Amino acid sequence: MPKVTFIQPDGLQNVLDAEAETSVMRVAVSNGLPGIVAECGGSAMCATCHVYIEDGYLDGLPEMSEVEDEMLDCTASERCANSRLSCQLPVVSDLAVRLPDAQV
Amino acid sequence: MAMDAGTLIIGACQTGVQLAASLRELGDTSPITLVGEEPHAPYQRPPLSKELHGGTIDVAALSLRTADWYRGQDISLITGERIVHLERDNDGGAATSAGGRTFRFSRLALATGAAVRRLPLEGAELAGVHYLRDASDAARLAADLAAARDVVVIGGGFIGLEVAAGARAAGKRVTVLEAAPRLVGRAVAEETSEYFRAAHQRRGTLVVLDAQITRLAGTGGQVAGVELADGTQVSADVVLIGVGVVPRTELAEQLGLAVENGIEVDEHGLCSDGRTVAAGDCANLPNPYVRGSGGRVRMESVPHALEHAKTAAAALLGRREPYRMLPWFWSDQGDIKLQIAGLSAGFDQTVLRGDPEADKFSLLYYREGKIIAADCVNSAADFMAVRNALARGQDIPAAAAADVGARLKQLTREPAVA
Repeated sequence: MPKVTFIQPDGLQNVLDAEAETSVMRVAVSNGLPGIVAECGGSAMCATCHVYIEDGYLDGLPEMSEVEDEMLDCTASERCANSRLSCQLPVVSDLAVRLPDAQV
Repeated sequence: MAMDAGTLIIGACQTGVQLAASLRELGDTSPITLVGEEPHAPYQRPPLSKELHGGTIDVAALSLRTADWYRGQDISLITGERIVHLERDNDGGAATSAGGRTFRFSRLALATGAAVRRLPLEGAELAGVHYLRDASDAARLAADLAAARDVVVIGGGFIGLEVAAGARAAGKRVTVLEAAPRLVGRAVAEETSEYFRAAHQRRGTLVVLDAQITRLAGTGGQVAGVELADGTQVSADVVLIGVGVVPRTELAEQLGLAVENGIEVDEHGLCSDGRTVAAGDCANLPNPYVRGSGGRVRMESVPHALEHAKTAAAALLGRREPYRMLPWFWSDQGDIKLQIAGLSAGFDQTVLRGDPEADKFSLLYYREGKIIAADCVNSAADFMAVRNALARGQDIPAAAAADVGARLKQLTREPAVA
């Protein structure tokens, strides 16, 4: 079972098991992890599941859709080159993401 | 003094789970019982209308929280128990389920949701005729859709159009029958309604407006078609009726709580008795963005359910945090992604930005020269810009907004001082 590491803004880390193909957002929300809001439940509609992908994990992620790209322009915390919406990332292998300071 | 029997949340749904989670986040350590009538642990409902077309529904994959989470948070989740009777006393009260179980509580939250509005149509009892609200409905509909060739959707609202889009993409012959002169008339202006009619027709769905249905016809107990008043017969292997929902208020009524298009609550989520809370689809609440209707509204959306649950949880613990969220909605109709920011009722001007025929546009609504809402089709950046502007009390001047070369985010201004 792949593992997803979530790193809070203060550095605290949570490592969670993920069913294959579940989205990174679902892994966080179903375990009640703070820092991922996901108001829309995974439809790329709200930009409140923003994460920064840690170095070394960017390759192999699915390409960004136009919708995700547009939504990322409107996140509460600054968009960076490694920004993604975690609802658009199915877990296929181990992954580490950093959570932004704010989602709304 | 009586022992604290904790909080009973009736409705194991998105709202109920958020209520329970928020109580714990706010530091409540007393018992929490979350009781629901469905056999499943609480799950996400919005994907139900979009994931029908694989023949099955995987409810477990839609679960809102893991079983470990409920254990870890010490939240007692009870499924398959429908509460049918409520009593109040000075210490709290008791709820009784249809299965004969009794739940004592010190605090009570109603997250009873809504039930589909049923049409008293001749033939509505035939096999192959469906409504869609919960996972069991979705599983039955998915199984019938897999074998269907002709699909008729009665009701051109969001649910109906979402199912129609999916069925059409799966190669079915699809007809949408809408009794009103336009689609989604309750939520959007004529321009957006007309876009949806044209867009679904372009994708091969037949849209019939002003449809007067006489009856559903069947053969051997199985639906075979829909008869219209003008004599038209529309073939159907599957009929989905999606004509809205009615709030479930019967338990609130047992307690004598004020009910008017939902359980009436104040800005803190408190019912008319001043101690029960109600949240989500079942509640009728004041919202500062509502014009008319006495400033009150009942909303059916996930973001509302989450925010309203947080407000209600705070109220149960004696905190007063008024609900002020800007309403927003979305609908996923195949390759058509609609996002709505704000409430457009009462608009006196619209600005079209983009090209409906290219399936990418926004319709901005203005009242007295100031933006109040937007319908955004495949235009996420516009949606976020309008949503942010409205939530901050800012404006996007109409004169410049039609120019797709300019980004709405850049056009956002502080309101002119009157």
